Amino acid sequence: MTMSEFFIRNIWLIILLPAIGAVVLHFVGRRIGEPIAGWVASSMIGLSFLIGLIAAIPLFQGTAEAHVVHVFDWIPALGASAELLWDPLSALMVLVVSGVGALIHIYSIGYMHGDERFTRFFVYLNLFATSMLTLVLANNFGVLFVGWELVGLCSYLLISFWYVRPSAAAAGKKAFIVNRIGDFGFLIGLMIIFSTFGTLSYTTVLNDPGKLLGAGAATAVGLLLLVGATGKSAQLPLYVWLPDAMEGPTPVSALIHAATMVTAGVFMIARTSSIYALSDTASVVVATIGALTAFYAATIAMAQTDIKRILAYSTISQLGYMFLGVGSAAYVAGVFHLMTHAFFKALLFLGAGAVIHGMADEQDIMKMGGLWSKMKTTGITMAVATLAISGIPPFAGFWSKDEILASTFGRGGWWVVLWAIGLITAGLTAFYMTRWFVLTFLGEPRWDDGVHPHEAPKVMTVPLMVLAALATVGGLINTPFRAGLEHFLEPSFEHLTSGPSGATVWLLAAISVVVALIGIVVAWRLYSRRDAAEEAWTAGLPSLWRRMGHAYYVDDVYGTLVVAPGKLLAAWSAFVLDKKVIDGAVIGVGTVVRRIGAALRPLQNGFVRSYALSIAAGVVGLVIWFLATGGL
Amino acid sequence: MTVTAGWYMTLAAVLFGIGAVGILVRRNAVVMFMCIELMLNAVNLTFIAAGQELRDLTGQLAVFFVLVVAAAEVVVGLAIIVAVFRNSETASVDEFNELKG
Amino acid sequence: MTELVLFYLFGSLAIVGALSVVLAKNPVRSAMGLILTMLSLAVFYVVQSAYFVAAVQVIVYAGAVMTLFLFVIMLIGVDRSEDLKEHIPWQRPLMFVLGFVVLGGVVAVIVGNEWSWVTGISNLAEAPVGSAEAIGEGLFTNWVLPFEATSLLLIVAAVGAIALAYFPAKRKERE
Repeated sequence: MTMSEFFIRNIWLIILLPAIGAVVLHFVGRRIGEPIAGWVASSMIGLSFLIGLIAAIPLFQGTAEAHVVHVFDWIPALGASAELLWDPLSALMVLVVSGVGALIHIYSIGYMHGDERFTRFFVYLNLFATSMLTLVLANNFGVLFVGWELVGLCSYLLISFWYVRPSAAAAGKKAFIVNRIGDFGFLIGLMIIFSTFGTLSYTTVLNDPGKLLGAGAATAVGLLLLVGATGKSAQLPLYVWLPDAMEGPTPVSALIHAATMVTAGVFMIARTSSIYALSDTASVVVATIGALTAFYAATIAMAQTDIKRILAYSTISQLGYMFLGVGSAAYVAGVFHLMTHAFFKALLFLGAGAVIHGMADEQDIMKMGGLWSKMKTTGITMAVATLAISGIPPFAGFWSKDEILASTFGRGGWWVVLWAIGLITAGLTAFYMTRWFVLTFLGEPRWDDGVHPHEAPKVMTVPLMVLAALATVGGLINTPFRAGLEHFLEPSFEHLTSGPSGATVWLLAAISVVVALIGIVVAWRLYSRRDAAEEAWTAGLPSLWRRMGHAYYVDDVYGTLVVAPGKLLAAWSAFVLDKKVIDGAVIGVGTVVRRIGAALRPLQNGFVRSYALSIAAGVVGLVIWFLATGGL
Repeated sequence: MTVTAGWYMTLAAVLFGIGAVGILVRRNAVVMFMCIELMLNAVNLTFIAAGQELRDLTGQLAVFFVLVVAAAEVVVGLAIIVAVFRNSETASVDEFNELKG
Repeated sequence: MTELVLFYLFGSLAIVGALSVVLAKNPVRSAMGLILTMLSLAVFYVVQSAYFVAAVQVIVYAGAVMTLFLFVIMLIGVDRSEDLKEHIPWQRPLMFVLGFVVLGGVVAVIVGNEWSWVTGISNLAEAPVGSAEAIGEGLFTNWVLPFEATSLLLIVAAVGAIALAYFPAKRKERE
């Protein structure tokens, strides 16, 4: 058989290689030391990428159908065996995850240089790669959920990597717990699926689910799965963990919280597209939440001053776009934006990491400025990324974002409202990203004394350049001229809606470009000035700006409404329920036994005659009984 | 009225009851022992009467054995009583209540 | 007729003897009462044709065993007084109750003429005569095993008694 066929048959190799990397590095990592440990980890995920590429060749040629590879039986009762699915959607996800992941692994060799837990970092990174690849290659909801939870675990491990910092540890906990809340809805959705179909396997559930799933149940499932997706992909109202997750090292932010893990929710909705196609209500809800989140997060991003927090809220916002895409049944557009976003957001984070690295761990953009001359490569790549995310052609973001907006507009009615929200958000995106870029790289230097900004080493800048190239040309795989990606993904989505075509598309594109340009120009004018850092233009609405800066105090609200009662419940359980009731019951048993013993002890008084009395009483009793019941 | 076996058994029951009460009431060890002997005698009478009633010699043989065993028991029991009460002032069994709980 | 008279006479004597065992303050009186009871019972055995057993009763029981009792009483029981107050709670009341229950049962049998409670089926064969030959015949054929066992028991008892007497228990000094 050909190499492609071989790798398709053994597609589990993709998952196994990073797993081996994690295990090996766990045991001998310390001895290998840096930087070899880093190269080992990077090669593992790089190999996964290569295998994925080779295995995808038949899919590129359009000759292959979806392959199901059975690895071993796992839980037959649930219809969940260790089965992997190789179809265009999973192939695309594998390539994005392993490709961008490999670049980030290489970058981390430079970024984590000198850290005393260097090898442990790569163990976790490889473990994450394993988990994410499991998630995307799954052929049933059971394996999907395993991957889902594992990426959650890795996220926790990596966010609180520098666990000595209390804020980092707290952020890790927050991420995991908020995720879990989403998982609750996810699990209930899976239970409904199982009770309807009797199995969790995609082949049964996702092929024409309408036979068994009524519209009401489909809506319920869709909404419940959405709850899980909002947790994992940081949408309203479960997005609060993502900004705090910036406590983790920057490569972590790039890999997990920009390019891959947070896209799991989008992927999951795309994968279950046949269920969402049955319920308009659920799809509308998905799209609406996406659009609102996009707008909401964009407003917050405008008022942040931490270089990574701006990008975090930007991620939330762009994820909202993806949800808008898959919600409006433009699954290809949503997944397309997932891909391009991976490119430019990873690029942005890695660049931010380079800046932080060069600025001796300074993260406040108000203390930057004028870095263009000091960090040329980084500056150029960041400029590319900013243009890409703002949606300026021919960079990648323009094509994907516009496809989403066009599809949304094309559905009419309420969808036009969502389109308008998306359009305004595009303007805001361009605004805050330009602000980000200008305050960091341009203008007069504002940094503290003793800080000597310098360019990052090659091992960090080369991935930047690769990603910049991807962010430039990556969008060209799916343009109105040649819808390459759409054809590629067609087998995975039976319910592609064709968006508007022809003149409408170009008109909408032109409108969005104009809006983006307005955003860029306004930000440029406001922040290129000498007194940019004071942000004097906000003096007009100080309270609103303050609220935006504090993310509308949502964390405090959650703290009072959710966390405090939770803590009360925990304290009550620990000190009342556990100590008094449960311990009391256990100890009480002992006390009861002791009391009974003490009560019975006087019977043994040592007097022979009273023992004789007992015997006599027994005998009399027996005799009476015998006489009464008619003898022996 | 003829004297039937039942009469003897009634007498034996009364004697047995008196013996049982005696054990429960008296504190002198030797007297308690004698009450036990009284009970054994009552049982012997029952055996003989029953043997007559059922026309079987086994009743008398049983008495024989009871007699022998009672004799042996008296030997050992009195030896114990002598050994235990040799050095005590009273012959009361209530003295020896050290095995209480 | 004779039997009736004998029954009433020696029955009363037996009960008198029994009551004196229980009620007499002096242990010697108790022993005398017991002897009286035993002799009365021997009479009953004779009346019921258990000659051998009656003889053994007088010789062994009333003769040897009671003599032993008197020895021991002399050794330890005569001049020691007994405390009349009852220390154990519930002893007296419960004892009375039990006594009455048993007595009540007996009375019920007598009054209700329910001899079937006490006797059982009546066989109509020849009444056995408990002569020496008859006893011996039964003893050495059907009942030889219990016979041997009881002889063993006697040996053990004798040895035990000697052992108990030979090794006096060391009692600690009493206040």
